[in-house]
Amino acid sequence: MEQLMDISHVSYSYHTMQGETPALSNINFTVHKGDFLAIVGPSGCGKSTLLSLMAGLLEPEQGSVFLYGQKVSLKGSHTIGYMLQHDHLFEWRTVEKNVLLGLEIQNKLTSETKKSVLGLLKTYGLYKFKDARPSQLSGGMRQRAALIRTLALKPEILLLDEPFSALDYQTRLTVGDDIGAIIKKEGKTAILVTHDLSEAISLGTQIIVLSKRPATIKKIIPIHFPESISALERRNSPEFKDYFNKIWKELNEHE
Amino acid sequence: MNEVSIAQQDFLRSQKKHKRIVHVSRLCIFLLFLILWEGAAQAGAIDSFIFSSPSKVLLCAYGMVLDHSLFSHIGITLFETISSFGLVIVSTLIVTILLWYNKRISEALEPYLVVLNSLPKSALAPLLIVWLGANYTTIIITGMSVAIFGSILSLYTSFQSVDAEKVKLIYTLGGRKYQALTKVILPSSIPSLFSIMKVNIGLCLVGVIIGEFIASRKGLGYLIIYGSQVFKLDWVIMSITILCILACVLYGLISGLEKCYLKQLS
Repeated sequence: MEQLMDISHVSYSYHTMQGETPALSNINFTVHKGDFLAIVGPSGCGKSTLLSLMAGLLEPEQGSVFLYGQKVSLKGSHTIGYMLQHDHLFEWRTVEKNVLLGLEIQNKLTSETKKSVLGLLKTYGLYKFKDARPSQLSGGMRQRAALIRTLALKPEILLLDEPFSALDYQTRLTVGDDIGAIIKKEGKTAILVTHDLSEAISLGTQIIVLSKRPATIKKIIPIHFPESISALERRNSPEFKDYFNKIWKELNEHE
Repeated sequence: MNEVSIAQQDFLRSQKKHKRIVHVSRLCIFLLFLILWEGAAQAGAIDSFIFSSPSKVLLCAYGMVLDHSLFSHIGITLFETISSFGLVIVSTLIVTILLWYNKRISEALEPYLVVLNSLPKSALAPLLIVWLGANYTTIIITGMSVAIFGSILSLYTSFQSVDAEKVKLIYTLGGRKYQALTKVILPSSIPSLFSIMKVNIGLCLVGVIIGEFIASRKGLGYLIIYGSQVFKLDWVIMSITILCILACVLYGLISGLEKCYLKQLS
């Protein structure tokens, strides 16, 4: 498989007047095209920091992040899509205007790009809500709109920063299933950060287990499920529990 | 779905009745006040030379309408208030955006803004007259001085209270600081801008009246101070009444604008 992103010897610390807090130490891994990588680890271990580094929102103190062999930076071309914990749809914009925000910011709003985004709205059942305000959508539809806003920029790689954690449990299961299916259908590479092991196993093709702060990679566990089954079906399959126990053990093992 | 239950109808009826009673009571209080005032003046219970009376105020206003002097006084005060209000809003936006862009500037200027905001601005008026002369500019600047520092501080607070994650979203979509300003910071600060405007229109009026007290030959503030000096208290009370109406109308205009904005949102 084609190598897409390379994270090489990345370390990062936070600095305050009170002192230095190391967050990540010597992180190495490679992302291949079509991967769905799930990063799990104890809370506050620096998972989100890792995503910010991969998106170029932060610069690593040591090491580098490469996308197609080129160093990732904020100034670089934006082939990286980022989904935040909350959908942050703007209430002063209609759903359509919200999903067009990225194109508008990058001055790429043409009738052609607009058409393709409207096509995404149609495919994913939001077209009839295009003139509605975000508050009129359900939690799941909002998250879907947020994903379409990210997909509008045609990113090579999607970074998902706990995008379901603000939803209630039931919505979370269906939205996880939904978003997972959309990402698969669009043929995107994705990296998901989560503290929810079940979510990681139900969506990922590989799971990266991080240690406590400063985070290092404890283990990379490949996940194998039949191609055809959905995230929800994965949760009911017998292998699910084995994976869960394996990762649980990995997470709680003392260094 | 459209059928309204009897309990709901009863509730709506009682609410309507409640509102009607409140409105009627408001009107009654006003009329009672006028009647008592007029009656007391007619009966000689109060000295109408000092306390005036509704009829004397009306007659005085009528006289000034006939010789057109009333409109020019109102016009001048209105012009000065709206000018200083407009300038306050424009300069507040410019300065606040500058402060937001540069953390160093904002931190360096913060103590000055706080001191200038808590300073009683009427203390500045005599100084402004000496520096700028007794003219419209002075009065407009006095009006501005009352409102501007407070509104910069509140708008800056509102800029800062915008969710940092929303700003981050702009960066993840490939935007820069400028897009963060135009796509997130400004639109999310519009509600606070409206409340700042509502406060400021009143403050500008206060500032303009202070300015007119000491540096003017025209305007309602001049009429009040001159009337009190020559014991033409009809003028004073008439001017105060007109100021009340003016303040209500200006506030109402901004409220109306805000309502239009909110309506367009839904």
